[in-house]
Amino acid sequence: MIRRMCELAGLRPRRLLVPVALGTISVVAGAALVGIAGYLICRAAQQPPILSLTVAMVAVRALAFLRPGARYGERLAAHDLAFRCLGRLRTRVFSALEPLAPAGVESYRDGELLSRVVADVDSMQDLAVRVAVPAGTAAGAGLVLVAGVGAVFVPVGLVLGVGLVCAAVGPPLLAARVVTRTARRQAGLRAGLTSDLVEILDAAEEIWLNEADGRALARVEADDAALVDAALRDARGAGLADACGVAIAGITTVVALGVTSAAAAAGRLDALAVAPLTLVTLAAFEAVLPLAAAARAMPGLVTAAHRVLDLVDTRTGVVDPARPLDMPTAPEHRRAPQIRVRQPRVERRAGVRLLDEVSFDLEPHARVVIAGPSGSGKTTLAHVLVRFLERDGGEVRLDGHDVRAHRAEDVRRTVLLSAQVPHVFDSTVRENVVLAHPGASDSDILAALAHAQLGDWVEALPDGLDTRVGEGGRTLSGGERQRLALARSLLADSPVFIFDEPTAHLDATAAHALLDDLWGATEGRSVLLITHGDPGPFGGCVRVVTG
Amino acid sequence: MTDTADRRLRPFDRRLLRRVRAVRRVLAVDIAAGLAGTVLLLAQATLLATAVSVVVEPRGHAVAGLLATLAAVVVIRAGLAWTVEVSGRRAATTVMSELRRDLVALRLRPEDGGGRDAPTHEGANSEIVMSAVQGVDGLETYLARYLPQVVLAVTVPVAVLVWSAAVDLTSTLVMLVTLPVVPLFMVLIGRSAAARARANWEALLALSAHFLDVVRGLPTLRAFNRGRAQVTRIAETTDAYRRTTMGTLRLAFLSGLVLDFAATLSTALVAVTLGVRLVGGTLGLRPALTVLLLVPELYAPVRALGTLFHASADGLAATERMLGALDAGDTPREPTAAQPRLLPLVPPAPPVSLRGVTVTFAARSRAALAGVDLEVGPGELVAVLGPSGAGKTTLARVVLGLTQPETGAVEIDGMSPVTCGLDAWRRRLAWLPQHPCLLTAPISDNISLGRPHAGRTEVAEAAKRAGAHEFICRLAQGYDTVVGAGGVRLSPGEQRRVGLARALLRGAPVLVLDEPTAHVDRETARAIAMTLDRLRGTCSTLVITHDSDVAAVADRVVHLEGGCIRTPASGAAAGVAR
Repeated sequence: MIRRMCELAGLRPRRLLVPVALGTISVVAGAALVGIAGYLICRAAQQPPILSLTVAMVAVRALAFLRPGARYGERLAAHDLAFRCLGRLRTRVFSALEPLAPAGVESYRDGELLSRVVADVDSMQDLAVRVAVPAGTAAGAGLVLVAGVGAVFVPVGLVLGVGLVCAAVGPPLLAARVVTRTARRQAGLRAGLTSDLVEILDAAEEIWLNEADGRALARVEADDAALVDAALRDARGAGLADACGVAIAGITTVVALGVTSAAAAAGRLDALAVAPLTLVTLAAFEAVLPLAAAARAMPGLVTAAHRVLDLVDTRTGVVDPARPLDMPTAPEHRRAPQIRVRQPRVERRAGVRLLDEVSFDLEPHARVVIAGPSGSGKTTLAHVLVRFLERDGGEVRLDGHDVRAHRAEDVRRTVLLSAQVPHVFDSTVRENVVLAHPGASDSDILAALAHAQLGDWVEALPDGLDTRVGEGGRTLSGGERQRLALARSLLADSPVFIFDEPTAHLDATAAHALLDDLWGATEGRSVLLITHGDPGPFGGCVRVVTG
Repeated sequence: MTDTADRRLRPFDRRLLRRVRAVRRVLAVDIAAGLAGTVLLLAQATLLATAVSVVVEPRGHAVAGLLATLAAVVVIRAGLAWTVEVSGRRAATTVMSELRRDLVALRLRPEDGGGRDAPTHEGANSEIVMSAVQGVDGLETYLARYLPQVVLAVTVPVAVLVWSAAVDLTSTLVMLVTLPVVPLFMVLIGRSAAARARANWEALLALSAHFLDVVRGLPTLRAFNRGRAQVTRIAETTDAYRRTTMGTLRLAFLSGLVLDFAATLSTALVAVTLGVRLVGGTLGLRPALTVLLLVPELYAPVRALGTLFHASADGLAATERMLGALDAGDTPREPTAAQPRLLPLVPPAPPVSLRGVTVTFAARSRAALAGVDLEVGPGELVAVLGPSGAGKTTLARVVLGLTQPETGAVEIDGMSPVTCGLDAWRRRLAWLPQHPCLLTAPISDNISLGRPHAGRTEVAEAAKRAGAHEFICRLAQGYDTVVGAGGVRLSPGEQRRVGLARALLRGAPVLVLDEPTAHVDRETARAIAMTLDRLRGTCSTLVITHDSDVAAVADRVVHLEGGCIRTPASGAAAGVAR
């Protein structure tokens, strides 16, 4: 699964080569520096001619430059790789998501879940920086150092090899186990505490007035105590992993020193090799140090990768026909079709049925109101009409042809759906409107805005069309947001408009004003208005009731 | 997050230290462990140097004893690492837990909820709660890793310099040559903190915000067949951000480069000078090795601190947000009058009076209420009408004691919140807010929030009067149905009726109802008006409404406009639009 994730992100071994090589150079140079410095001193203590030390002295100086340089390069290369992977992953995830939205993605019903998936995608950059590069470096530097030490004296090579393997496997494994074991429990406890806290803070005044504050506080304290308990268990485990790392490095060094000194005493090893071998052994553990952090990050990354892959693997039910029926799509040829709906049926998982008894005709240039309580499938009906969703039965025909005989994009060029909460992009007013018709001139845009009764509004803006609307259109009122969406639809100039609950988030006065404007601006088009409230001027239209 | 740029290398937040005892304890542990760790570090270097020199220049000493001591030192160091980690993380958890409890306790006391009268944006609570729960991760980095490292960054370099000076003064002087690097590092890290803040927060956040924005807007894009066109946009934007971010990172990683270089350079310098002096025979092997082993340790703790600095600064942001929220509530208030031990007996339907009540919110220039006089007689039902923004809800909040008037007074039966204390004040009140909150609990518990020991029949009776009984009975588990965020979602009209049932069941002598019939169908609204009509005489009621049926049953209707009362008139003559 992680392999698929790496594939998706383009995290290939070839791309890891540069950062891993630089990381290996950095660690090896660090170990070599202390090793050679140790040799230099022990040899110097024998008071040889100073010229015989020149090589070691030059090497020490060179390594002093090589090590920090390589380390700096490694960090930059690793981050660059992470950003590249992130970019690749984002486009791949977006491409996978595109044909699914909004009907095929459960998470579109819960905005928070969606942010979660996006955060999951973002967290994948850790895969490169915190996991792949450190793991590669540990392997590379470990092999080089074991080989180097082994070349001087095989037994110490073996000792170092065993020590490094222990340190690379033991503490990280322990850390990962602690995380997986407690993570789920802690995540559950945290989620519970979070929702309880939000609820209590939101209701704080009501709770206080009802003298229920003691009870509320007790509830928080109970949640909290369980969380503290779980966190402490986690801390002990994680601390143990760290301590093991320190102990393994130290003990291996002591053993290396013991082995070399015994060999030197027995004459099997030049006494001059004792210091360099011991010091290199101690320094070699720098290679495996970051692995514990990598292991701690892994379980979270695996869960995140699961969620992302689940989304990527979702299949849409909407398939374009092999030989689609032609539909006039050029603006001048587009005309309102006769739309005939006869009891369309959509089946959801676990046999939940939506939409059974809805039948109506939308004649060209007519207006129809669909009314019904929330949850009765009004939005699902709209999704079926614009082919965001495939129906499982019944009839939906455009001019007598099954809507499924057309390409989905062609259908949407004719029938335009304006969602309950039309998204306003964190960009300028112009960008937000022009997406409906790329290349439209400013005068077209202004005309559409004026038609949607936003003419005065846009004139009053500080930068006119170039005014930024803020994240999620924060600076817009509910009515302005809906009118902006209307302007978009007008610019797209489709012959059929569907408005899904445009007044859902407006108070009565604003709702009425908006409906008046919708009525006026859509003169001459077919309009399907979905609402559960007062339809305003649409009150005289054909009314279809769902649910 | 924007304040990350202003943050400098700051060892700890005083507010944190003052507020929480657990932090003081962990600080003590860290200092003790830091000192012990430093001593062990010196011991390890010295023992290792001694052992090697004994092997290289055999003088009949046994290496075995040295090795055993060395092993013991290693084990103690490991134990110390465990202690520091556990104590730091324990402290982080405890601190967060204490902060959470303080926050909840503070918010549950409206008299201390300073500054909350200004309307906060929606979702502000979930933001602070996210900090309160997830913030523990950042605090763990800070308390378990950063703070111990701060101690080591002070003790280790000093100890290394002192010890190596004792062993070999000349080498210490060589080491000191590279020491000016540290101030350079400080400057760089200050710069790089800002640079990194820019890189991480602006670029990365903007990047992921852009991606999130596009993903969220996908339904809209698809409606216009513009979804696929965004793929290249995303690739381009990500790549553009990558290039600018890498530019900043090149600068940000410089501080690490400088310290690494200082460490390796001083090692090389010391090694070379030691070599020359050893050849000259002016120095022994053991002190030379000891010094060589100590040199890298001079910079290691500062280097580690630099790595942790960014992580812990980001992590501390959550804690600081919470401390900010708590400090806002800690502004000292004028002490309320000593609370009377014996609460005065309150008649079943006491009179309520407001005299010259004025309220101004800091954010707005115009007064929300300007000198309002209003009397609700014993058992009277008074309706308040007026356009939105007229100050109706503020009026209700003044009566409830949730908003303190700047001038003027509110009294129930001749007592003000100041004379009897808010604790006693709330006991006489029941409230249906504009947006009643449902807690994740059975619906019956939600109704009996203000009267926890009410029996099932009383709950059902209150629900019937509020027009909620029927829909509750239609729910799968009836009165045991769990509602709220974690349960069945009710429609706004249903929530309102549950809120009304809650207010009715509380059985307080004064009832304040904010739009009891909003989002409710016509028939139920009429039934609710009948219920209010029957309340007459049993309690004094102030009802804010737009509903003509409700206004019709009121004894009196007052019009509030622009914070002033316009035309007090009797219900019949009020001329309510029907």
